[in-house]
Amino acid sequence: MKKTYKIEVDCANCANKMEEAAKKTEGVKDCTVNFMALKMIVEFEDGADEKSVMKAVLKNCKKVEDDCEIEI
Amino acid sequence: MSKKQKKMLLKIIIALVLTAIIRVMLIFVPMEYSFMLGKLEIKWLQLILFLIPYIVVGSDIVKKAFKGIKNRQVCDENFLMAVATIGAFALGEFFEGVAVILFYQIGELFQSYAVGKSRRNISELMDIRPDYAMIERDGELVSVDPDEVEIGSIIVIRPGDKIPLDGIIEEGRTTINTCAITGESVPRTVDVGDEVISGCVNLSGAIKVRTTTNFGESTAAKILDLVENASSRKSKSENFISRFAKIYTPAVCIGALLLAVLPPLFMLIIGNDPQWFEWVYRGLTFLVISCPCALVISIPLTFFAGIGGAGKAGVLIKGSNYLELLSKTKYILFDKTGTVTQGVFEVAGLHHNEMENDKLLEIAAKVEANSNHPIAKSIVAAYGKKVDFSDVSDYEETFGYGITAKVGEDFVAIGNHRLMEKYNVDYVDCHSVGTVVHVAINDKYAGHILISDIVKPNSKLAIERLKKLGMKKLTMLTGDKEAVAKDVCDKLAIEDYHSSLLPEDKVTWVEKTIEEKNEKDIVAFVGDGINDAPVLSRADIGIAMGGLGADAAIEAADVVLMDDDPLKISKAIGISQKCMRIVYENIGVSLGIKAICLILGAFGIANMWMAIFADVGVMVIAVLNAIRALKVSNI
Repeated sequence: MKKTYKIEVDCANCANKMEEAAKKTEGVKDCTVNFMALKMIVEFEDGADEKSVMKAVLKNCKKVEDDCEIEI
Repeated sequence: MSKKQKKMLLKIIIALVLTAIIRVMLIFVPMEYSFMLGKLEIKWLQLILFLIPYIVVGSDIVKKAFKGIKNRQVCDENFLMAVATIGAFALGEFFEGVAVILFYQIGELFQSYAVGKSRRNISELMDIRPDYAMIERDGELVSVDPDEVEIGSIIVIRPGDKIPLDGIIEEGRTTINTCAITGESVPRTVDVGDEVISGCVNLSGAIKVRTTTNFGESTAAKILDLVENASSRKSKSENFISRFAKIYTPAVCIGALLLAVLPPLFMLIIGNDPQWFEWVYRGLTFLVISCPCALVISIPLTFFAGIGGAGKAGVLIKGSNYLELLSKTKYILFDKTGTVTQGVFEVAGLHHNEMENDKLLEIAAKVEANSNHPIAKSIVAAYGKKVDFSDVSDYEETFGYGITAKVGEDFVAIGNHRLMEKYNVDYVDCHSVGTVVHVAINDKYAGHILISDIVKPNSKLAIERLKKLGMKKLTMLTGDKEAVAKDVCDKLAIEDYHSSLLPEDKVTWVEKTIEEKNEKDIVAFVGDGINDAPVLSRADIGIAMGGLGADAAIEAADVVLMDDDPLKISKAIGISQKCMRIVYENIGVSLGIKAICLILGAFGIANMWMAIFADVGVMVIAVLNAIRALKVSNI
């Protein structure tokens, strides 16, 4: 299952960091962050609960880039 | 400007004014005399004064740097800047410390402004999302969300409105501007029965349209989706840069540390003056110079701008990776029909038939009426009357052969010589150049229809331009006969062709070309998307032409040309080459300047001001250069 979220982030490098942090989150199969379109495309693992996974993703992203925001 | 940017701008202005005042004051007011202070006190006073603008403009950087350390994300730009400026303060170089953080913030602001601006530019370019659809309800026009309109509804499109959904005109005639979709600026005239495409603008008259798609499946929605997701597929260069930044930043941190510590220690050991101040200053300069922002921002920005600019010109590129591949294309294989020729066929004559021309054409039209193939359409068009195919049954179409069907009691086979051979029909070949469609009725030869195709007006120019762009070999692949293929290739100056191919043979030729080329060169296939989806996906780069309507082609292709003008092929490659040139320029210039400044810095020739230029200045240059990729009108 794939879903797209709007994000807010200031720099391209921070977007890369968010991508990596999201990829490492449990329940996330794959993730791409598109800095230019300000979008995060998350592919969830089968049976994962999107809402709780995305909460964890946001938490992990905040760790690497304090200024980011994900519209869940 | 966003709220965040405005706030930053205000902070920068305040800090700039404060710094200037303090600096001027320090020059014109000789403190020793006016305040009767000692040297140490003056230093402290300066520190306090300069700390004010520093805190105004740089506090969030220091904060971010600390948070980074806490979250074990050391060695990002914030960390570099915080260490460099705090270091400068510790050395007593207050003015320079403030200047570094000030210019860094100015650069950041400029960058985020430029990114925001090109983001908006591109979304304006792709402004094809319809806001509403008008439908008639109880004799009154009501505007509804395009999402709510069901397939088969009648919508009313007034002059000046954006066409919200794909459909067929039921009533009225008008001209439409397809520029947003195809890049073509000449308006198109459409009449009852013609298809209109969402995202175009209705210019002159009101029309009623029966929709053929819902919003999610409409051309406009698909294109928007494509463009918005295009930069998610990252190119090799982008991946290189993000990997590079990961190693680079820690490496320069360590380098700067070593530069600040090792030489003085060495001096101490051999008994000389260690000159701590000098070496720490050099280490800090080194840090400021090495900030990688120019690279990490300008490369994705260039790709984004390039894809956006191409979209404006009617060339949809599905990802940064394809843009990169496209720029390396050296071999192009073309499909003939619909790509270099118009695919609008005309019946040039009927030969060797025993029955009357009209009768033969009628039978042919009956059988061909169900096919989408351009040749079939031309036969139906030549027949000219409404086709009554109620007595047609057992219809079967075989790609590369033709069509068989029963008309009444008669078994009719219409197709090329292969089809005739399959049914053991004695056929007569034609001497004129063109596509020959043989007709057999009950396995007996009934004559053939000669159809000629017209070369597109821009094909020749497109081939010329492609050669100028450095293509090594252009090849035309066609299912047509040798004579037709040769005729077209001679007209267009294409040196190589392969004729009489079945769709699967085209795949074989593409594979063969891929095997034979150098590893670095890329093989592209250009087709009109009708039954060549396998070839499109097999080539390194599949380019589909006239993408409007052919869904399979949009799926299979990596690059979609929105109309069928062959000049778009050279345009697409030209855009990609320009874009990659900018990428390499940016990598080269920023790394080059940084390398020179780093060396100068290590030897103590470059001071903090030069470091600021190497950081902020280079970034501004790189961003401005990246934005050039948006402009594609002169390619």
